Amino acid sequence: MSMMEHVWLIPFFPLVGFLINGFFGKKLPKNVVGSLGSAAIGLSFALTIKIFLEFLQLPAASRPFEKTIFTWIAAGAFKAEAAFLVDPLSLIMLLVVTGVSFIIHVYSVGYMHEDPGFPRFFAYLNLFVFFMITLVAANNFLVMFIGWEGVGLCSYLLIGYWYEKQSASDAGKKAFVVNRIGDFGFLLGIFLIFWTFGTINFREVFALAAKYPVGSGVITAATLLLFVGATGKSAQIPLYVWLPDAMEGPTPVSALIHAATMVTAGVYMVARCSALYVLAPLSLTTVAAVGAATAIFAASMGMAQFDIKRVLAYSTVSQLGYMFLACGVGAFISGIFHLMTHAFFKALLFLGAGSVSHALSGELDMRKMGGLKKHTPITYWTFMIATLAIAGIFPFAGFFSKDEILFYSLVDGHILYWGIATAAAFITAFYMFRAVFMTFYGECRADPHVAHHIHESPPVMTIPLMVLAALSAIGGFVGFPIIEGAHKFKEFLAPSIAPLHEAVHHSVAFEITMMIFSMAVAAAGIYTAYRMYIKEPELPDKVVAKYPVAYDYVFHKYYVDELYDATVVEPIKAGSTFLWTGVDDKVVDGTVNGSAGLVAWLSGHLRKLETGFLQNYALAILVGVVIITGYLISQ
Amino acid sequence: MVVPLHYYLGLSVALFALGVVGVLIRRNILVILMCIEMMLNAVNLAFISFADAFKAVDGQTFVFFVMTVAAAEVAVGLALVVAIFRHRATVYVDDLNILKW
Repeated sequence: MSMMEHVWLIPFFPLVGFLINGFFGKKLPKNVVGSLGSAAIGLSFALTIKIFLEFLQLPAASRPFEKTIFTWIAAGAFKAEAAFLVDPLSLIMLLVVTGVSFIIHVYSVGYMHEDPGFPRFFAYLNLFVFFMITLVAANNFLVMFIGWEGVGLCSYLLIGYWYEKQSASDAGKKAFVVNRIGDFGFLLGIFLIFWTFGTINFREVFALAAKYPVGSGVITAATLLLFVGATGKSAQIPLYVWLPDAMEGPTPVSALIHAATMVTAGVYMVARCSALYVLAPLSLTTVAAVGAATAIFAASMGMAQFDIKRVLAYSTVSQLGYMFLACGVGAFISGIFHLMTHAFFKALLFLGAGSVSHALSGELDMRKMGGLKKHTPITYWTFMIATLAIAGIFPFAGFFSKDEILFYSLVDGHILYWGIATAAAFITAFYMFRAVFMTFYGECRADPHVAHHIHESPPVMTIPLMVLAALSAIGGFVGFPIIEGAHKFKEFLAPSIAPLHEAVHHSVAFEITMMIFSMAVAAAGIYTAYRMYIKEPELPDKVVAKYPVAYDYVFHKYYVDELYDATVVEPIKAGSTFLWTGVDDKVVDGTVNGSAGLVAWLSGHLRKLETGFLQNYALAILVGVVIITGYLISQ
Repeated sequence: MVVPLHYYLGLSVALFALGVVGVLIRRNILVILMCIEMMLNAVNLAFISFADAFKAVDGQTFVFFVMTVAAAEVAVGLALVVAIFRHRATVYVDDLNILKW
């Protein structure tokens, strides 16, 4: 039996998991909750693999496949169906989302075991996966938007998961509000697309858009608005500020939502709308410029962080910048390729960081780590593999995808993009190895009572690490460059993506030179970190002393949060306070209270008419009768 | 000899006016009830006179209804008066003014 007809089951399982854990989780034993939550995702993952295999068997012509579940809205010319689009792009995303989610669910069973909110955690996590699947499998903008908002909601719930902590609930609010700003742009983009094309179905919109000339104003506007949504969700300049704070959530959440899946939704959306973006050179330039700027900006902030999760958060922002840079120069497939490899190694890095903090009784400050290599060997080796992958060392996954982005940013973009991306690659290698050296090498700087019981995590946590490590190590080979036909990833994905121009064949020597150069850059970054944090530990302080102003800016994240506070948050607060005390308290409440007071005053006088004497009432009736009769007679 | 219609009507008006004045100025609830009876009977008298003058039975028919209603009203009214007297030991309406502001 073909399972493709049953694609709706993929989001259905997590939804069921959410409902059961959400409503009955408190009554169920912990191991049931954990297994149920993981099994729901596992089933989705298995089904996705099955559909993927069936999809590969199909002839190319009948491949993109739409499955309508029901007509959701039909009003006049507007029609929205709850329907799924199964095509190479959505399948890749489904595989990444369900696969990584499954691994992280299993890890969470161990990591969250002592937490009193265990069922709530799994309910939220399942709900998140449901919305994420909706987002990537939707066949129209509106259903995608449902997923888009849904993952935003789950992100908010999970960042503020430890809501009794002020900083966590603040971070959740910040993420939600910043995302809403982006979502507003996204929504306007959808409106504009419906207004222009009269449909919101992806394939219909793309077919109609092909008739428009390149650079047409309406498509440029629509794609720019959609990109505003992407900057919010995928944490790009200027809306990246929420992601570093989102690290207040539990570590598996950071791994799943704020590294591997949700934050890549913007990249997915841009790739999905590649047919629109290739018609809007201005939008592409914007995407590339924002991506490149974010890549270097966030990477530089990552250098001076001491919280290991914040280092990874800035690294995520920076890597997302790479993906947008790739999309912006038209290399959408490379962007998605990097999205996939990044999902593997960044999820692994976060889970590794979780394992480290597990070993150190919850410590996240790298100044209080060190020397963990011998205590937590599995964590160390898996973390190392992920670090090599993100630094772009052959043959780890990140090498292939990052190298492709660097390559295309030079040949299809601009030497400036390439320069920025290369510099960011250097910084990435530097701060990632800084993190490794500070965490796993040298003397243990943990507090004595913490250092006393450093231990490796249980198998339920280390096995997910090893699986992700394997993926981070070999995952890049699906996109092997140079050899003709070896880039299976590109071949598979090509039908979903609109090319910016005809493929140009570049000389092998040029490609190899580029690779060697990018490896050399990464190696230089690693060596710098080695010099500063292993060989001459006093060197970082010297550098800081030499450039105090620059360090101050980097350390305080360029004062962007303070800038936003002063220019956006505080004026809005002042305006809201005025509306509250001035308009609401005085004008609105004044009107309401005033009318009530008027009625009370009037009644106070009118009630004197109620004398309680029978004969007064009888007289009133008589007078009334006389007046009415007199009036009727006089007619 | 035939008594002219306006004699009857004059008597009816006089009786009705007496009843109204009684209701408005007397303090005793029993007297007020009796004055109401007087007003009803003034109306009855007007009905009868018109019935006679126009040689139509409609007026007489209405008189029966009015008498029925009057009987029922007196029954209920007197019952209330008894109940009030038992509770408050008074039948003067000046004293029964608790439903005021």
